[in-house]
Amino acid sequence: MTWESEGVEKCKGETTVGLEKGKQPNRYFPGNAIKTTKYTLLLFIPMNLFEQFHRLANIYFVGLAILNFVPVVNAFQPEVALIPICVILCLTALKDAWEDFRRYQSDRKLNNTPCLIYSRKEKQFVERRWKDVRVGDFVRVVCNEIVPADLLLLHTSDPSGVCHIETSNLDGETNLKLRRTMSGLCISHPVFEPESFNSVVVCEKPNNNLNHFKCYAEKPDKEKVGAGIESLLLRGCTVRNTDHAVGFVVYAGHETKSMLNNNGPRYKRSKLERKLNINVFFCVILLFTMCLIGALGHFLWLQALPVVPPFLVPDSNGHLDSPSLSGFYMFFTMIILLQVLIPISLYVSIELVKIGQIFFITNDIDLYDEDTDSRVQCKALNITEDLGQIEYIFSDKTGTLTENKMVFRRCSIMGTEYPHKENAVLEEPESEEDIIFDHVPQPPNTRWSLDTEDTNPEDTQHHHGSWRKSKVAGTAQSNVAFSSPLETEVIPDRKLLQQISRAESSSSSSQKIDPYLDFFLALAICNTVVVSMATAQRQRVSAPRLLLILKVFLNCLALSFCSFISGQNRTISEDSVTEGDDFNPPVKTEEPGDINGLQTCSLYAPSQCNMPATTSDNLSYEAESPDEAALVYAAKAYGFTLLARTHDSVTVRLPSGEDLVFEVLDTLTFDPIRKRMSILVRHPITKKFVLYTKGADYAIMELLGTPYAGMCRHQKNIAADTQHHLDCYAKEGLRTLCFTKKIVSDKMYESWLVNRRRALAAIDNREELVMDTAVQLETNLSLLGATGIEDRLQESVPDTIVALREAGIQVWVLTGDKPETAVNIGYACRLLEDEDLVINMSTVFQLTCTSILDCTLEEVRRYSEDPRNVDTTQDISLVIDGRTLTMALSSDLQDRFVDLAKRCRSVLCCRVTPLQKSRVVKVVREKLKVMTLAVGDGANDVNMIQAADIGIGISGQEGMQAVMASDFAISRFRHLKKLLLVHGHWCYTRLANMIIYFFYKNVAYVNLLFWYQFFCGFSGTAMIDYWLMIFFNLFFTSVPPIMFGIMDNDVSAEMLLGVPELYRMGQGCNSISCYIFTHLGLFWFSTFWVSMLDAFYQSLVCFFIPYLAYQDSDIDVFTFGTPLNTISLFTILLHLSIEIKAWTVIHWVIILGSVVLYFIVTLAYSGLCITCNPPSNPYWILQSQMADPMFYLICILTTVVALLPRYHKCYPPCPFNVPLSVLQSSFFMN
Amino acid sequence: MMASSYNAKDEDGHITVSGPGGGGTLRGKKPENTAFKQQRLPAWQPILTAGTVLPAFFIIGLIFIPIGIGLYVTSNNIKEFEIDYTGVDMSSPCFNCSQNFSWNSTRPCTCTVPFYLEQPYESNVFMYYGLSNFYQNHRRYVKSRDDSQLNGNVDSLKEPSKECEPYAKHDGKPIAPCGAIANSMFNDTLELFYNDPNGTRVQIPLTNTGIAWWTDKHVKFRNPGGDSSNITASFQGTSKPVNWRKPVYELDTAADNNGFINEDFIVWMRTAALPTFRKLYRIINKTSSMVPTLPRGNYTLEVVYNYPVRSFEGRKRMILSTISWMGGKNPFLGIAYITVGSVCFFLGVVLLIIHHKCGNRSNSADISN
Repeated sequence: MTWESEGVEKCKGETTVGLEKGKQPNRYFPGNAIKTTKYTLLLFIPMNLFEQFHRLANIYFVGLAILNFVPVVNAFQPEVALIPICVILCLTALKDAWEDFRRYQSDRKLNNTPCLIYSRKEKQFVERRWKDVRVGDFVRVVCNEIVPADLLLLHTSDPSGVCHIETSNLDGETNLKLRRTMSGLCISHPVFEPESFNSVVVCEKPNNNLNHFKCYAEKPDKEKVGAGIESLLLRGCTVRNTDHAVGFVVYAGHETKSMLNNNGPRYKRSKLERKLNINVFFCVILLFTMCLIGALGHFLWLQALPVVPPFLVPDSNGHLDSPSLSGFYMFFTMIILLQVLIPISLYVSIELVKIGQIFFITNDIDLYDEDTDSRVQCKALNITEDLGQIEYIFSDKTGTLTENKMVFRRCSIMGTEYPHKENAVLEEPESEEDIIFDHVPQPPNTRWSLDTEDTNPEDTQHHHGSWRKSKVAGTAQSNVAFSSPLETEVIPDRKLLQQISRAESSSSSSQKIDPYLDFFLALAICNTVVVSMATAQRQRVSAPRLLLILKVFLNCLALSFCSFISGQNRTISEDSVTEGDDFNPPVKTEEPGDINGLQTCSLYAPSQCNMPATTSDNLSYEAESPDEAALVYAAKAYGFTLLARTHDSVTVRLPSGEDLVFEVLDTLTFDPIRKRMSILVRHPITKKFVLYTKGADYAIMELLGTPYAGMCRHQKNIAADTQHHLDCYAKEGLRTLCFTKKIVSDKMYESWLVNRRRALAAIDNREELVMDTAVQLETNLSLLGATGIEDRLQESVPDTIVALREAGIQVWVLTGDKPETAVNIGYACRLLEDEDLVINMSTVFQLTCTSILDCTLEEVRRYSEDPRNVDTTQDISLVIDGRTLTMALSSDLQDRFVDLAKRCRSVLCCRVTPLQKSRVVKVVREKLKVMTLAVGDGANDVNMIQAADIGIGISGQEGMQAVMASDFAISRFRHLKKLLLVHGHWCYTRLANMIIYFFYKNVAYVNLLFWYQFFCGFSGTAMIDYWLMIFFNLFFTSVPPIMFGIMDNDVSAEMLLGVPELYRMGQGCNSISCYIFTHLGLFWFSTFWVSMLDAFYQSLVCFFIPYLAYQDSDIDVFTFGTPLNTISLFTILLHLSIEIKAWTVIHWVIILGSVVLYFIVTLAYSGLCITCNPPSNPYWILQSQMADPMFYLICILTTVVALLPRYHKCYPPCPFNVPLSVLQSSFFMN
Repeated sequence: MMASSYNAKDEDGHITVSGPGGGGTLRGKKPENTAFKQQRLPAWQPILTAGTVLPAFFIIGLIFIPIGIGLYVTSNNIKEFEIDYTGVDMSSPCFNCSQNFSWNSTRPCTCTVPFYLEQPYESNVFMYYGLSNFYQNHRRYVKSRDDSQLNGNVDSLKEPSKECEPYAKHDGKPIAPCGAIANSMFNDTLELFYNDPNGTRVQIPLTNTGIAWWTDKHVKFRNPGGDSSNITASFQGTSKPVNWRKPVYELDTAADNNGFINEDFIVWMRTAALPTFRKLYRIINKTSSMVPTLPRGNYTLEVVYNYPVRSFEGRKRMILSTISWMGGKNPFLGIAYITVGSVCFFLGVVLLIIHHKCGNRSNSADISN
């Protein structure tokens, strides 16, 4: 293998199919066959055992089983003692084997998928399997086929050498991405000839970065050509919209980027599980204490014997150990005897319970989103109960609190504001869809009555109708990112339309380009939106029939309108009527119904009515960011339709109907550091190089230059006005973007191009160099204008936030937006209330930051300590911007900041970077030692999601990175309410109760054995048959607690939602031992210890009542054990029955089933086993007991006495009378 | 996890091709709206409040107290007489026998213990021997037996189980029955005489069968070679337990009570649960309905004193008892039932008073009833 020292790998361009193995130049690279299985058939048992013994508990139990083989200490028959641990190991091994087998099957299926590889022998592409693909092969992928390995794209069917891929298999993003052939390798023949390729490809070592790749090809003439990720087709992607593509395999099999990204599931340990270990530790201490008592007792007992009694059995050669040695051995015997104190099946049971809990969470119909057809996904399997303990929520804003469906709302061009008042009308909620049918059939002419100022009511309602309808259509089409017609709902501003038409007419006469036109050109061009035809395969199947009819009708309406205006007769092609989900034409064509109707129509007619419908009507835009799509749609609304985008050209149709083809010279893509993107085009008419830049206002404003000296003052005014408008937009909660233009001179371009090429070909520091070139060019920009885009709040967001806050959860919002925007949204979603005291922290100096912090802290302290403010708790909110946040989070201010934040009801962080987001989460989590939850939807939230105890991804509009990184994925912010308040509460209480019960159960049972030691000379005798002991834990009492952990409902879902305060019982507890039954009043006992005491009490009762009843009788050892075992079973199950809050059929079946199973199994066992399992020999013991009335009398009495203290739980003394029932009654009375 | 999800997507990748619009299956992921999956199964919520708990207390009280009284009365009606014949005191008749002891002394020591029964025993009387401080439940003692040998397995007879060590072989011959339990078998002989007021000493007939569990005698314990008449031959080649005076096949003369199925032996082999225990020795059957089984008067217990208990500070007792449906005399259960019943009743009253007094404050609890 030619790994080179600098971390690159070389592969020679050879086709290996048809070559002998030894001659393959790339034979050292791994093949494309993948193997994700962990085990092989032969080595399964040793490897799996090795895996399992990583668990400490397993080692412990195996150690005990082995200890049992030492004759001097064994308590049971050694073979029998192996059974429980073997059962546990086998169950786990079976589960692992099944999973591995599934992996094996899917591997085999994948490896045998057919693909086309070039064969040198046959001089053509032949069909082979994925596993036959080797590094260096030429592979041909056809449309909609999955790429078998990482391919360097060399040739595509597209003449411009581009290839669209969909990466949903890798990151879940469904939008199309563009890949282009490696430039400069001159393989531009229409038919690709692999054998003509004779370069050596050198690329970096395989890594898991999906967004980065670099390599170069060295031609025979030593010329090097570089390529990056834009030429790499990743394994697992699907080729779309491209007939076929040929690539050269650079990474295969496990070295492909997608395989390197398969790290398996994330393992998070829940808080409860961590605390569980403390309880296990207590149990270990308890066990050791009990064993010590046993050992000491045995020693003293032996000491007290005067001579050797007949019941003391010497070892095989007649020798008796000294009392001290016997006592020492007895310690180990006791460990074996009492080992069950450490619950062996607890871990397995917890896993089962969590699987059950996840089953119920994912099946909750309330967490299902109709629009996206998605349920809640649980990716982390073992932290369900953490959902019930959340104290801090960190939320992203865009896409999380808001829809992230961007709608163009306002714009400011050259310092003039166009408020688009008409758009606001659409905002009114309207639910009756009938309205569409009510108002559509009106005669068209009423709708464009020449009403100049206000849109009349019918008009409004009609807008409503169409808006409603298109939303429906949008949902049907939602699989296609941002191409839903919702974004197209832009009603052009009348004034602006006039302005454009004026500009158009003037510019057509003079060659000077008007800034208005430029602005819209920038809107249409300056983006990375991919245009796809609605007729493409990716489109969803057509909208419901009703809508179709409606659409036809509206289309006709539009047609007639157009012809009415322009007085022309037009025909509409058939497919525009029958196909396509786009409802735009009617909306737009109706719109110009104002005084300028005729004039407007001259703008409109060509683009809307005159053109074949397939071109403009069926266009759908796919953008990586929803803002871009919104802007393109806005441009389209004004007649600047983006028709096509290829690698090196953009076609825009102007309002005049003229198609302009811009040659794209370069695209300076968006990055979070520059916060802007640019596109460099050559204007088809003026032939000038024009750079359009769009970006965040603060990123743009400082780059504004003064290209025209004369306009300097004018420019400044524009900048000031625009800034003013931007501020206004932000206050309204709109997202703002600035647009600029720059004319680049030929000379400048030439010199820049050289730099750019050098940067692109660089192998090292490529990113930095490329960015530097971008920064070089983006200077001296001239401002065109700004846009305000609205991002609607998701439904029920304010409700959810209020409920979460009532539940005692602090909600922080971290956003990259401007403070004004963020504060506005904060009020809208009731994060901030009007009566709140809002502290604004925004400064540039460390010193100021310190003093502000100190002052505020002092003030807040004084405020909260002031006795006058006890009743009037004014809530404090903190708004802090990114720069200040950095200072506040510095190590010396951290504590003060956290202290202040702790006292604030809500915190709003603006303009924060992804890294800051995660840092905030980390600081709060570590400093305050609280449970944190982060929720976000975009790639910028990934850090935060991973830093929090629980990360929640919202599967929204911004791809799937957040969902991929998250522990739970939901589709709406409002689902958080039920997920936390109901499922979180349930999961937590259920699991905590079950774990406590598990400990209780084992202690109660094992202590019976312990008490017996006092009556058998501490000799380690068990009075219960060992098989029955195993069955007791494995079968008779294992299912009820699992069911309890999965299904118990302590409080109903309605009540949990109605009284969010109930959530608080899960919070602030440092361990489950402090898990408090808050609803039982003021019993602030630690439940774990109460349960332990209860277990001791119950075991005492269960032992001593039978003991006293059978004292000085002729009862034998195992007959004595039988009622004890039975009583134990009843006590343990009835104890659980008291804990169960809601009995369903399943509960009854399982509890009664367990009792019945006990009797059936024990009766069968003692009926069939005549001489088996010495010395216990249970033959006919239970039968004879069950024929004895004393047995029943003892069982009843003991069970009642054992459970008597439990009544305190059921009936607390009246001063603390059940607040739960109070709540319940008051809730239901409301 | 990720691998599998990735693969899963690959698998249906081709389906996606045909358009993500199997329009009919658009809502495929919608969870089923069933009561089970939505956790809305009809549930009974036992809200335990005054209304439910108080009656429970009273009911427990009302049921337990009569049961307790019944048990107490029954227990009291059982007649029981116990006499300790260990011979610890100098004055005790068995003192001499208890002093000089060895397991294999040839001359049996006999002592006579007189006693007086104050009440006549009407029904069948069960004669027990009782041992104190004898830990038959010691772990290694309990194990020291070979059940398959006792079940008549010839192989186990020849080669006793390892559990029997060091009482498995003696002088190279297998011990039958092997093990410490058998070796330490109780071997006192007790005989009961009634001293008629007219001076004659009448020996009371003691039945030595029917004292073991039926299943033990007929299923668990079997002589090797089945029920063949020649039991001596069956045990050919085995040795008697070290402490025994005669081999197992000479335990009794009757063929159906000899060898392993000797009931004294079977009773001994059922190891006692607690260090102070009694074991059924003989049954005195009621002969006629007219005469009490054991009339009031003087009796003599003749003991062939073999069994040493002084080494572990134990005691030996002889117990005469009638039995009822609840077994031997034990007042505990009756008292316990009465106590628990009374406590519950009392608690019920107390809670009722509290509830009544705070009724105004906690009437909310009644609402939810």
